Amino acid sequence: MYRFLIRRILGAVVILLIISAVTFFLFFAIPRDPARLACGKLCTPESLEIVRHNMGIDEPVFLQYWHWLTAIFTGRDFTYGHCDAPCLGYSFVNQEPIFNAIVDRFPTTLSLTIGAAVVFLFFGVGAGMVAAARQGRALDKIASSASLLGASMQIYFVGVLATWILVDQTQILQRPTYHDFTANPVAWASGLLLPWLVLSIIFTANYTRMTRSSMVEQLSEDYVRTARAKGMSTRTVFLRFAWRGSMGPIVTIFGVDLGVLLGGAIITEQTFSLHGIGELSIKAVENQDLPMLLGVVLVSATAIVLFNIVVDAVYAFIDPRVRLN
Amino acid sequence: MTTPFLSVRDLTVDFHTEDGVVHAVDGLSFDVEKGTTLGIVGESGSGKSVTNLAILGLHNPAHSRITGEITLDGDELVRAPKSQLERLRGNKVAMIFQDPLTSLSPYHSVGRQIGETFRKHTGASRKEARDRAVEMLRRVGIPHAQTRVDDYPHQFSGGMRQRVMIAMALVCDPDLLIADEPTTALDVTVQAQIIDLLKDLQQQFGTAIILITHDLGVVAGAAHEVLVMYAGRAVERGTVREVLGSPRHPYTWGLLSSMPRLHAPVDVPLVPVRGTPPSLINVPPGCPFHPRCDFQALAGPDMCRGERPELSPHRGHGDACYLTPAQKQDIFIEQIKEHL
Repeated sequence: MYRFLIRRILGAVVILLIISAVTFFLFFAIPRDPARLACGKLCTPESLEIVRHNMGIDEPVFLQYWHWLTAIFTGRDFTYGHCDAPCLGYSFVNQEPIFNAIVDRFPTTLSLTIGAAVVFLFFGVGAGMVAAARQGRALDKIASSASLLGASMQIYFVGVLATWILVDQTQILQRPTYHDFTANPVAWASGLLLPWLVLSIIFTANYTRMTRSSMVEQLSEDYVRTARAKGMSTRTVFLRFAWRGSMGPIVTIFGVDLGVLLGGAIITEQTFSLHGIGELSIKAVENQDLPMLLGVVLVSATAIVLFNIVVDAVYAFIDPRVRLN
Repeated sequence: MTTPFLSVRDLTVDFHTEDGVVHAVDGLSFDVEKGTTLGIVGESGSGKSVTNLAILGLHNPAHSRITGEITLDGDELVRAPKSQLERLRGNKVAMIFQDPLTSLSPYHSVGRQIGETFRKHTGASRKEARDRAVEMLRRVGIPHAQTRVDDYPHQFSGGMRQRVMIAMALVCDPDLLIADEPTTALDVTVQAQIIDLLKDLQQQFGTAIILITHDLGVVAGAAHEVLVMYAGRAVERGTVREVLGSPRHPYTWGLLSSMPRLHAPVDVPLVPVRGTPPSLINVPPGCPFHPRCDFQALAGPDMCRGERPELSPHRGHGDACYLTPAQKQDIFIEQIKEHL
């Protein structure tokens, strides 16, 4: 187990290095000068040089990448002042330290992800199990049609509609805002309830379909027949045997989804004006803000790589045939 | 005349599919006594497994229709409620399946899988169930049972897995054991070990066994009586000596002729049964075997495609064929026996 973790974490570091390098060099492949943008209307060639130097983009690209990389571990001195390790640089746009910006925004994204994940895992897997148990009957058909409908929804459509009905017209739910969880858990939950529900609609639909098909497949397996042949009740057969076999694929997809969501639920954040990582990444692209772009890419990549490792470890617990070493 | 331990009468199993109704078993009757083994043989799709899954009530009622009577030790099973069948399965009637790798749960240790059956039917504690599992593993000849009880099926070899399967089936001392091709997935030396193990356990505990197989060698070595099935019906029934020694039905002749012989010259080709098994949706009228039968002309014009022949006599060595006993004997001795 430890050997597995160490090996996988080392591998993850390599992947993150590659991703950051590719992002870095791709950025400079774009034929637009971020210094020009920062320099403003009254830009002279001299001031442009100064701006470029301040932004640290007057050096060769390889050297720039090296400075960016070492700053994460050692910190770095900028014209604006010293940036402590872990330093991801300053924003080109508003000179805000990137690390602080991410730490500032991450709780919003994390809260959005956790809440939505709880909702879609509960309802998606639940509905899928019910559909599998009632195969071919009314409940199955209802669940299957509803999930098809849900899977074809768009967040910006459902989100705006739900806000209009549940917030503007009937005031059943609060207008989405982010409150700190530690300060006021109730405000935190009620402020995020609507985004959670809307974000989880598509996921719930997908998990319903996935759980159902996985369970149906497992229920026709030989070992499930054996379980019935030795007198296990329908409930035991369902939960102890078929569900156990269905968990693998669901956990795998769940890990990927969590990773993706932690990189920022861009559309959901935009729809509900929440200030999370997704919003940061859109702004970074709009403003050609390289340090910010690298920062958010690093966060998303870390989340995905990390959850992949977690999924593999969990898999070993679910299925004893999987050996980690 | 006492009632037999297991009695199956006029069993019919139909499956409703998109292509039509599949008549998987059609009017099947047989008995099994305690302490004896009935071998059921026949090609794939002849209804062997379907019959035995019906005894345990394992067919999905949404897709199947079962009629007839199955009486086990005085209890009627076809119309029995689900709860009664659940109490019966794994307890009084146990089943062993063909492929022990796919038939054991890969997610649970063998000790747990054996123990949970015991707990379900006896209400034993975890500790007692575990002790019982170790005892069962020892009984079926698994070395180091004490430590292997916590291993998972994939850590056992094929033969050992089938032993685990048998241990699981026997954990509640069942009165009837249904073994569905228990040796098909195993290699020959292991097959013999498994058959010997079943015979030993039968002698010790007086279990009745239904042995489903398409391997006549296994039947010859392990069964007392044989039932030959074709297209969901019994075509011949009798003791092993009767059916394998002086078979009467053309289909049985075909099965015997298609078997390789150890002492036959190597250049003599095997004779397969001509044609293919019939569709169970459109079963041929009359004797379902007649399109593949070389002797139908002898029975008289249109005899075989008219009425369906009944298995007769009702007890002892019986067969479902319109040929006269003298014809059967002559054909067997003159045309079949020399090739066996």
